[in-house]
Amino acid sequence: MENFTPVSALIGGMIIGLAASLMLFLNGRICGVSGIFGGLLHFNKGETLWRFSFVAGLLCGGVLLLLYHPQSMAINIPYSGPTVMLAGLLVGIGTRMGSGCTSGHGICGVSRLAPRSLIATGVFLASGSIAAIAVNQFMGGQA
Amino acid sequence: MAHVVTFVSGLLFALGLGISQMTQPQKITNFLNFIGDWDPSLLLVMAGASGVYFITHQVILRRPAPVMGQRFQLPTRREIDRPLIMGAALFGIGWGMVGFCPGPALASIVTGNESVMIFVLAMGVGMYAFEVLDVRFSMEPDGGAGLLPRQPAGKI
Repeated sequence: MENFTPVSALIGGMIIGLAASLMLFLNGRICGVSGIFGGLLHFNKGETLWRFSFVAGLLCGGVLLLLYHPQSMAINIPYSGPTVMLAGLLVGIGTRMGSGCTSGHGICGVSRLAPRSLIATGVFLASGSIAAIAVNQFMGGQA
Repeated sequence: MAHVVTFVSGLLFALGLGISQMTQPQKITNFLNFIGDWDPSLLLVMAGASGVYFITHQVILRRPAPVMGQRFQLPTRREIDRPLIMGAALFGIGWGMVGFCPGPALASIVTGNESVMIFVLAMGVGMYAFEVLDVRFSMEPDGGAGLLPRQPAGKI
């Protein structure tokens, strides 16, 4: 467990919780990234601007991290292009089919004790573990 | 003008992801692969975020409406159906394979990392393809974030 970073994890997590709270307070919505991004793929009057603004905020946050906390953005993905593509497709299809991802179900839904989100979070933690174990324990991290 | 305030939420969200290092796919896979060199950090990120939201959402929902809108638009569905389970299972597989979920992947686009680009592009294609190919499942076109009429029973 030498990679465990409890303090930064807790502080970062609380900031994420604040970001989600701000979305609810200002805009009255669940802060679900897959839903917000997915809703941008087709134009819908009155639904596009706030989504676009959120994603723009995410990207600008990414730029701030690059500038002031670059180690957090030193991303190393040791997998082949087709593997990454397949993973992206599964995440895209799965989050739309299941109406949410780690933010919408995992954080907002779980905190609201929404039954659908509690179940979804349990399911994606389980299938995610199976996939991560398969790739890293049985395929030597080379997929 | 009003709705651009969500920019602040997105900005803060990305900073939280970066500070907790959830932008690093290894932190995710090292959590999910719990029989390897386990890194429980993600658990504390979830605990921190959910802990804050658990309290704030109850306080916020005492208001009659959000600052920038007529009403709160929260998911109301309660049924545990097949699309929910199958979707979550498929999402988890993709998430565990490379360690990316939508938030960190989008925030990391700015690194210009080729794998991130491929992932986000494929994710967009996956979302779009799902909605086009199987409209029966897309009962919540905005992923449960919006206000929708109740679906008649048995339409699933």
